[in-house]
Amino acid sequence: MSDLADLTLTAAAAGLRSGAFTAVELLEGVHRRAAMTEAHLHAYLTLDREGAARAAVAADAGFRRSDDHGPLQGIPVALKDNMVTRGLETTCSSKILAGYLPPYDGTVVTRLRAGGAVILGKTNLDEFAMGSSTENSAYGPSRNPWDPDRVPGGSSGGSAAAVAAGSAMVAYGSDTGGSIRQPAALCGIVGMKPTYGLVSRFGLIAFASSLDQIGPLTRTVEDAVSALEVVGGHDPADSTSYPGPVPDYRTGLESGVSGLRVGVVTELNGAGIEPAVQAAVNQTIEQLEQAGATIVQISMPSVDYALSAYYLIAPAECSANLARFDGVRYGLRRRGENVEEMMSNTRADGFGPEVIRRILLGTYALSAGYYDAFYGQAQRVRTLIIRDFQAAYEQADVLVSPTSPTTAFSFGARTEDPLSMYMSDVCTIPSNMSGDPAISVPVGLDDAGLPIGFQVMAPALGEPVMFRVAAEVERRARFDARARFATSEVA
Amino acid sequence: MGGPRLVPFRLMPIDIDIAKVARLARLALSDDELERYRLQCEVVLEHAALVQTLPTDGVAPTSHPLPRTNAFRDDVVAGCLDREEVLAQAPEREGDYFLVPRILDEP
Amino acid sequence: MGYEPVIGIETHVELTTNSKMFCGCPADFGAPPNTNVCPVCLGLPGALPVVNGTAVEYAMTIGLGLNCDIAEHSVFARKNYFYPDMPKNYQISQYDEPLCVNGFLDIETDSGTHRVGITRVHMEEDTGKSTHVGDGGRIHAANHSLIDFNRAGVPLMEIVSEPDIRSADEARAFVTELRGAVLRLGVSDAKLEEGSMRFDGNVSLRPAGTEAFGVKVEVKNMNSIRSLHRALVYEIERQSALLEAGESVLQETRHWDEEAGATSGMRSKEEAFDYRYFPEPDLVPVAVDAEWRSRVAAALPELPAQARARFAAMGLDAAAAAVISRDVDYGSVFEDAVEAGGDPQTVANWLTGEVTALLRRSGVALTASPIDGAALAELSAMVGDGLLSASAAKDVLAGVAAGEGTPGAVAESRDLIQVSDAAALEPVIDDVLAANPEAVEKLRAGDPKVVGFLIGQVMRATGGKADPGAVGDIIRSRGG
Repeated sequence: MSDLADLTLTAAAAGLRSGAFTAVELLEGVHRRAAMTEAHLHAYLTLDREGAARAAVAADAGFRRSDDHGPLQGIPVALKDNMVTRGLETTCSSKILAGYLPPYDGTVVTRLRAGGAVILGKTNLDEFAMGSSTENSAYGPSRNPWDPDRVPGGSSGGSAAAVAAGSAMVAYGSDTGGSIRQPAALCGIVGMKPTYGLVSRFGLIAFASSLDQIGPLTRTVEDAVSALEVVGGHDPADSTSYPGPVPDYRTGLESGVSGLRVGVVTELNGAGIEPAVQAAVNQTIEQLEQAGATIVQISMPSVDYALSAYYLIAPAECSANLARFDGVRYGLRRRGENVEEMMSNTRADGFGPEVIRRILLGTYALSAGYYDAFYGQAQRVRTLIIRDFQAAYEQADVLVSPTSPTTAFSFGARTEDPLSMYMSDVCTIPSNMSGDPAISVPVGLDDAGLPIGFQVMAPALGEPVMFRVAAEVERRARFDARARFATSEVA
Repeated sequence: MGGPRLVPFRLMPIDIDIAKVARLARLALSDDELERYRLQCEVVLEHAALVQTLPTDGVAPTSHPLPRTNAFRDDVVAGCLDREEVLAQAPEREGDYFLVPRILDEP
Repeated sequence: MGYEPVIGIETHVELTTNSKMFCGCPADFGAPPNTNVCPVCLGLPGALPVVNGTAVEYAMTIGLGLNCDIAEHSVFARKNYFYPDMPKNYQISQYDEPLCVNGFLDIETDSGTHRVGITRVHMEEDTGKSTHVGDGGRIHAANHSLIDFNRAGVPLMEIVSEPDIRSADEARAFVTELRGAVLRLGVSDAKLEEGSMRFDGNVSLRPAGTEAFGVKVEVKNMNSIRSLHRALVYEIERQSALLEAGESVLQETRHWDEEAGATSGMRSKEEAFDYRYFPEPDLVPVAVDAEWRSRVAAALPELPAQARARFAAMGLDAAAAAVISRDVDYGSVFEDAVEAGGDPQTVANWLTGEVTALLRRSGVALTASPIDGAALAELSAMVGDGLLSASAAKDVLAGVAAGEGTPGAVAESRDLIQVSDAAALEPVIDDVLAANPEAVEKLRAGDPKVVGFLIGQVMRATGGKADPGAVGDIIRSRGG
């Protein structure tokens, strides 16, 4: 029996328009899947059944009236719980925002609603988007649908798990150092981070302002294109929003890679990557060559410093972005003899250890006497990384690497040593530093049956060529997502 | 050759006055917690300090990946919230005001 | 040992834009608490600031009015510290690359014109307001505080002067001049009592004639110009006494207490001053090109200092020029009157004296009053022609202000026109001289003082309507 919950967005959109099923039926299918999987996956923090039902009914009415608001009309969508939704609890997976009801919708949410999307609810993440496994969530981790003893990746782990399991057709997450792409890779789905500024950050609870971007997690590359089309584009409410016209992602999607130059980044391939992962990546590179691409080895020396620079820039910006959580206007409040004590007790109690660590790091990196050696120097190194990317893109149209050095790891494997957790992002961080777009495409499984992700990076506003190469990778990989049900029986 | 490196090294001994940093960040942590965080932060910082080995004379810092200037809005009134919806989220309120415990001093 | 005060003034000015610095909430004063708020100025999670373009222009206006260079590239920065009326617990301000630098403001002192340097003018946002509830509403005895965020995010300009001020008097002149300039530029209502203009002072002392700066003390909470003067006088004396006694001055921030008439030390917080400035990642830089700068410069109104110079060139003394130039309407009426032939000094004196008093009593503004340039010019001519005495002119002004008509009409209807016609005066003078033979003797003897007495007698006899100048001439001619 073909389960509506397993349809791609593209197939579902076609079915809705052909009358094969209604949005209400589609939603019911996804809700049934959620009922089957949530008990052990814990992808969601909040499921808004009533809101979703209302939106599905409205979408169906729209279709009947021939009111077509685009590819996401009637499609069940999940949102990472760091995107504010009016009247719907938004916690960032933190105790400090338990019960918080935002009085406004973020821009991406507004555009999704205007596009007729059926918002299912809010997904689990590492607290305040800081982490690579959802083990930092104050409400318990999410599990990888491919193996419940393993992490789904993070910080958008809940979104990735939901899309992989079928309890969402499309999800949105945020990516600051790889938080969309890495969980997508670990869960065997597609996840992309757009060019910085292409998608509005208004309504995204900020972690690191110069690195954060909202992006889609989907089952296919074409689905990702649709998901991006609906939410991207200039937003006057976000000063860092790109003011120009959005690129046309769709036209060249099926053109293949003949004549394109694919750059293999030396510093991100080989040593330090799990052998099975590198093997799958190498095979994919060969496939691209067979498809007509020219393969070029490119060294980007400053990329070796990207992780270090990231762990100065991101904590510094987050230490200021999280200062607003002080118990005064919203969220948790703990007692104190005076307001300073109240704030300090609230924050110490409301934030988890990883968040506290990064706030401390960031505060230190900005403090008097240390600014220049740490934060200042990291920002200069960032310039060098950007220059390396610009030089690389003169020799190649896209750059490729594994998305994650390993496949999904076990719970508890990296929680004792923060640095080992940070290493999960070593391949994804460089494109956050440069602001360029990047996508992860599932290309195979390792011997334990765990998914492997292949990363394609492109220059700023180079989404068209990025999607085009990704589509070719997807075609050749013939990755079958349904294999997960063979390895993890759901109750 | 190639591949990501995690090379621990020591350029300068990193000695964080963690109590001072915690005060600046308004985090009330116990002595044990402070000590644990201090050690963890020092490990991360020792790695992050790798950036100091790259020569950057004459290199300008990047604070925005997107090269844009003059993002302005017109001076028009719009977008205020309903007071009740706002104050409903207040941990403590008195009438139309947010209430906080006594403030010790002016900034 | 003579100590020289070295004073710098830091001024904050709230702008009269329609909306706040980074969001669309109204920027006005006096709305019910927590109604002019939105996700941005409340610091709600996920909110982002967007710069008010008009506020940038107003900032440039102030900078150009203070003779500053306008930066081609200017950047916002986060100033990080925790305080309950600061929603984000950082203030968006400017640090390394402010909008305006290297300006000056000339002030009038007893020793002439003195130039006070303006280090910088930059843009930032105001905070909310806290009311301390408890014992007497003072912060130290409070039980809890209530916060209103209406003011949070209102555009605020920070104007920093060089430490070029050398006395409390100079400081008073400086803030007065600065306030006048800000008002004239039309960017703020500069009401100290409402807090739309606020001053902090930095005071240090050094031995007269030396160059090195002494220990600097910041003085806050001076809520009026008078208060500022008192506070600075106090602080200079306090530091002087310490240094004379061989003690040293502690570097600290002191709070002026108007009732007690003294400054007192606030709790010292060393870490409080580590603001950890870094460029604001949510805002892109401001780029001002030559064309934009010229446009703002061309639209600048004439500042009081320029008006002062112009009025002085018309023959006005410095004091009168200073007063007239302070008010746009007074300056405008003055110019109209002089253009229509009025005598500058006379018109100025009436404006600053009698007219001001009349308007204050009636509660009417100059622009709403019948007193205008034409009236003052006419009155000036009548006095110059000897038709009105000085005191009669004041009566005429009162009549014009009351709406009784033009000066000529009022003088007629109130029968104030003085007699200077010799034919009318001579009979009266004859009578007075006849009645005062000893005076006439003294007159013939050449005693100059007796002329005044005799004029007085004639004035009494004519009910004040004789022109004393003409009377005096005739009497003197009778003296032989």
